[in-house]
Amino acid sequence: MTRTERRRLIQGLSFCLPTIIGLLGLMAYPMVASLYYSLCNYTVLRPPRFLGGDNYAHLMHDELFWRSLYNTAVFAVWAVPLGILVAFLLALLLNVKVKGMAFYRTIFFIPSIVPLVASSVLWIWLLNPQVGGINFLLDRVGADRALGAFASAAPGLADKLGLAGGKLPGWLADPAWAKAGIIIWSVWGVGGSIVIFLAGLQSVPAELYEAAEVDGASAWHRVRHITIPFMSPYLFFTLLMGLIGAFQFFTPAYVMTNGSGGPVDSTTFYSLYLFNTAFADFKMGYACAMAWILFAIIVVGTIVVFRTSARYVYYGGEAEG
Amino acid sequence: MDEGGRQQPLYMRVIAHGGLVLFSAVFCVPFLWLVSRSLMANEQIMREPRALMDLVPQPVRLENYPDALAFKGFHFTTYLGNTLLICGLTVLGTVLSCSLVAYGLSRIHWRGRNALFFILLGTMMLPGQVTMIPIFVVFAKLGLVDSYVPLVLPTFLGNAFFVFLLRQFFIGIPRDLTDAARLDGCGELAIWWRVIVPLSKPALATVGLFSFMGAWNDYLGPLIYLSDQRKFTLSLGLASFSSQYGQEPGLLMAATTVMTVPIIVLFFFTQRTFIQGVTLTGLKG
Repeated sequence: MTRTERRRLIQGLSFCLPTIIGLLGLMAYPMVASLYYSLCNYTVLRPPRFLGGDNYAHLMHDELFWRSLYNTAVFAVWAVPLGILVAFLLALLLNVKVKGMAFYRTIFFIPSIVPLVASSVLWIWLLNPQVGGINFLLDRVGADRALGAFASAAPGLADKLGLAGGKLPGWLADPAWAKAGIIIWSVWGVGGSIVIFLAGLQSVPAELYEAAEVDGASAWHRVRHITIPFMSPYLFFTLLMGLIGAFQFFTPAYVMTNGSGGPVDSTTFYSLYLFNTAFADFKMGYACAMAWILFAIIVVGTIVVFRTSARYVYYGGEAEG
Repeated sequence: MDEGGRQQPLYMRVIAHGGLVLFSAVFCVPFLWLVSRSLMANEQIMREPRALMDLVPQPVRLENYPDALAFKGFHFTTYLGNTLLICGLTVLGTVLSCSLVAYGLSRIHWRGRNALFFILLGTMMLPGQVTMIPIFVVFAKLGLVDSYVPLVLPTFLGNAFFVFLLRQFFIGIPRDLTDAARLDGCGELAIWWRVIVPLSKPALATVGLFSFMGAWNDYLGPLIYLSDQRKFTLSLGLASFSSQYGQEPGLLMAATTVMTVPIIVLFFFTQRTFIQGVTLTGLKG
């Protein structure tokens, strides 16, 4: 190593010192410790006691663990595609470049920057079955009458869906509707995706639309065969981030249910259960095991999504060869 | 947008306008609800609304705002001060550490630079839940629980995502500028401060804004570390207000409004940075 090389190495390392300390102290050590705790019985008050794989074995028989996975999967399967659909639709509408586009964009974007706790507190009241805004709105558009007709036509099904006698959904007060309430909340906050999609739409070559129009393609065909293929990398990215985010979804579920994940564990999402295991029950070892399973789910999920993406994601640049 | 672009056909514009008006009305409902409830007496809030007129506060109760800020269960000024303190330190820590690290990863050529960069990128895959518990245990053993150290200290140690963002930006700054400064005898630290930082103001503003928002919004961190009510942040204070005083919805909605308005005002003043930041973070993340 020459003198210059050594000097540069020292300079580089000094500039990167914050992140080197961070990687060691906030990543490397905690990862090793977390892996070790996950094999232990650990309550913080007493030193960890080694158990081997017991925590993981126990998790496989933990009903609430499976319940939380199920809740999270339901949330992800509804909230993520619904959010993408709404955001994509709104981005398409905004892209028509009507007057006042900046105004509309602002309105769609603002919900996504409302502090999470503030928007959760607001939605507790919006989703209140008696005095809340959502059921008032449903009532005004005649949903109560539609549900009444539905309940008399199929009383058994209505009963199962928590809509017996044609009453409006109980949202956060009803185990059958609590997740739906939180999903609606999440769709309200899709502003970030709208901005991303809008940026993506600008990259679709205008000549293609013009050519398609000359060939007599309808608006739907242009969206289906030009816009969607060009937008597929953006849609794919949002899907992946949304799925990862769903498994780490915490604050609104915690605030809306006072940390209980209620009613009847219907909103005990994975990260909520993990948090309560660690910081309410102080079962740190068990919670660490849950964290590693979460990591495994994210890694496997990402690989699966990436593998299947080759079929439907179109990267303009690569296809030109 | 582009003046030279062709006009969309009329029917398209009508459909788009119709859709946008409808959707923006729906998106606005929660805000109208929030503001109208924040001006209502509790009796009206707890009464089931039957007609559109029931959504208008009768009477208008402006006192909800001063009452909420003086409410015994919600020490607003204390929480605001605490939150601003944490936000300020977070912005300082993040901008300082991330720009230094990004400089070391982009403007200095040294062996191991790429390896460090890829390790840093790799850590973005790891969910925070994995490291959260051991980090808590360490801070607990150091007796730092119920202080702001666990919330602020990590921000001085670089954030992988912001480092990545700034590195990409720094790479785009022409080398001649830094080479000229080097010939003039500037040290690396001086080049970072006098050349790179002034040229990177938009990128640094994005990082500062997003770290501010992150700290203002953070709930999980304060929830884990803070237990003394006098040390609460606005997020923590508002959530505990909501869970303990369900019989005071008027004050609660006023407090929620007060916590939200500064962010919306901030958005209007920094709209460009905001939108660019979302696009950047979304596209290149």
